[in-house]
Amino acid sequence: MKKIFRLVAVVAATTLAVTALVAPSATAAPKVKVGLAYDIGGRGDKSFNDSAAAGLDAAKKKFGVSAKEVTVTTGSDAEREDKLRLLAAAGYNPIIAVGFLYAGPIKAVASDYPNTQFGIIDDSSVALLNVAGLVFAEEQGSYLAGVAAALASKSGKIGYIGGVRIPLLQKFEAGFVAGVKATKKSASVDVKYVTEFPDFSGFNDPAKAKVIAKGMIDKGIDVIYSAAGGSGAGNFAAATDAAKAGKKIWTIGVDSDQYQTASADEKKNMLTSMIKRVDRAVYDVIATAVVGSSVNDVLDATAGIYGRQYNLALDGVGVSYSGGYITKYKAQIDKAAAAIKSGKIKVPTKP
Amino acid sequence: MKGFKPSGFLLALAAPVAAAVVSIIISSLAVLATHKSPIDAYKTMWEFGTTSGSLMQMLNTATPYYIAAIAIAITFRAGLFNIGVEGQLRLGAMFGAYLGAMFVLPPVIHILAIMVIAMTIGGLWAAIAGYLKVKRGVSEVISTIMLNSLAGGLSSYLLANRFMDRTTASNNMSTKEIPASGQFPDLMPLLNKLGVEDQPGGGVYGMLLFAVVLGVIFWFVINRTRFGFELRASGANPIAARVSGVNSKRMTFVALALSGAVAGLAGLPAVLGDTHAFNMGFRTGIGFSAIAVALLGRNNAVGMAISALLFGFLEVSSRSLELIDIAPETYVIMQGSILLSSVIAYEVVRRYKITLQSNELAKVAEA
Repeated sequence: MKKIFRLVAVVAATTLAVTALVAPSATAAPKVKVGLAYDIGGRGDKSFNDSAAAGLDAAKKKFGVSAKEVTVTTGSDAEREDKLRLLAAAGYNPIIAVGFLYAGPIKAVASDYPNTQFGIIDDSSVALLNVAGLVFAEEQGSYLAGVAAALASKSGKIGYIGGVRIPLLQKFEAGFVAGVKATKKSASVDVKYVTEFPDFSGFNDPAKAKVIAKGMIDKGIDVIYSAAGGSGAGNFAAATDAAKAGKKIWTIGVDSDQYQTASADEKKNMLTSMIKRVDRAVYDVIATAVVGSSVNDVLDATAGIYGRQYNLALDGVGVSYSGGYITKYKAQIDKAAAAIKSGKIKVPTKP
Repeated sequence: MKGFKPSGFLLALAAPVAAAVVSIIISSLAVLATHKSPIDAYKTMWEFGTTSGSLMQMLNTATPYYIAAIAIAITFRAGLFNIGVEGQLRLGAMFGAYLGAMFVLPPVIHILAIMVIAMTIGGLWAAIAGYLKVKRGVSEVISTIMLNSLAGGLSSYLLANRFMDRTTASNNMSTKEIPASGQFPDLMPLLNKLGVEDQPGGGVYGMLLFAVVLGVIFWFVINRTRFGFELRASGANPIAARVSGVNSKRMTFVALALSGAVAGLAGLPAVLGDTHAFNMGFRTGIGFSAIAVALLGRNNAVGMAISALLFGFLEVSSRSLELIDIAPETYVIMQGSILLSSVIAYEVVRRYKITLQSNELAKVAEA
């Protein structure tokens, strides 16, 4: 039965594509209505969810698509599924879910709506032809951030603050530590998480992150990478406080180029940001929908998944040069990036 | 005692009606504050909430609420407060899912075995608080709250390091899937026979029937057995209970352990009926919402069922609000204002009744 659905989906998609080609441009193409489902926090978290929102905004501007954004409040699988189902029933297509907790719900809804295209950020476990898994090589970007951190640190003591101790965040940790160690053998990395799963507040608890960052600074750590969503603000605040006391502490942001949203004081200490192009993945899915093709066109054969892995080679992760503080390390960073792309360096994904 | 005197009947109705009116006013103000129409909000909620699919979701949401509320009511009736239901149900569900995936038994027995595991774990976890209360005089309010944090940490440690199924590529840590014999059958085939049509994403947890049975058992044990009487007696007046031969320390321990055992079951509707595994998406907060359900339902088997259904309805129907650009958090405001205004209304009515009674007594005394 499902196979027939898939067949129908493929046929329908092809017909659509063909009609789009054949139809004279005068007849306006059916307007694309995008559904974007955030996880807890939603638009405005200045980090992960906002990165997805940026992708949507860019697509709106470029293609003039309309969109409906939804957020979960209680955070149950049933609620996530209901939200996706509401979007699908209301005719939104494509529908993009932000966060791996949507994996189960999207699987259920996508099987019921074979003609709707779905995308899911940070998960590649859904093996359906109308679902694109959009995952990132966070460890590769974090490796480069680690290279920059090792080169910028005077004390050789470096800190990593993760939001919540979950496998996804441990990928950031593993890559960062590997990058530091490969650049400066003697350097040490202090690893701390704001909260332990199932307490997801660690992604949005700047006060706690600030205490952790202060503790690190007291130990002589002078570069701190915070991969902690909204909690990163605490790291930046601790560095600003230290600067007032005459101590230079470098901070490293995450997901989006946090230099762009930082205050003037924070900018002075923001070494770089590990950029994870969630916006790009969202944009790509919408772009394929606009030209009327299926999300399978985002399929990445080399990654061996239903979807695409955004890595260094695809420019899906990387470090930002805003502020110009790491411009002098560019040669070393580019060298590491080239080695990762060529496969000479295999970055670990587990600490 | 509770004759159908017009005044008594009106008084009994006064509290819930007043509470409903006040909470509607508060929620409407909240919606108005965001420059949206409350009428639209209620209309959309009603339209979406009364579709068959949503009503099924309502039942599924209410089922764990109801089981957890019964767990809390057991302690309320005994004059105790088990705030630790959240931790108890989490550990119960996790151990039930993990151990339940390790063996295959005949269908019904497999499910019962998982339930026994979940009850044992939940009961043991709550028994820690019971022991501390009886032997060391530690308030169960404090210890159960702290045990919640411990349960959260313990569950994440065990899931990440011991229980996780490492064969899947997903970022969502999960235990192995429970074999078919341990999955609680859905009520949908049964409902089909009754003329209810399949709904996309629909399905009603089989544990719903179990929850109904549990409600009946709860009512019977509390109101119709010696154990229930002793439980209520030690809650209503510990000293009087002790004088009349009730071992109140034993009752305290038993009430907490029993409450934990029932709480251990509250995480199972979703695990046995939907995910068939314990994963990171496991719903948090059931144990806390259930406190509100128990309070609103006055610790009464029928009352709690109604309030669980009400909370389920509000929760599910409010999911439609975002499609008309109204903040989904409106539901949280509704839930909170209903609870607050009903607690206040019941208290006001109670005091009014006492004044009425004392006035009557005064008249009798004068005469």
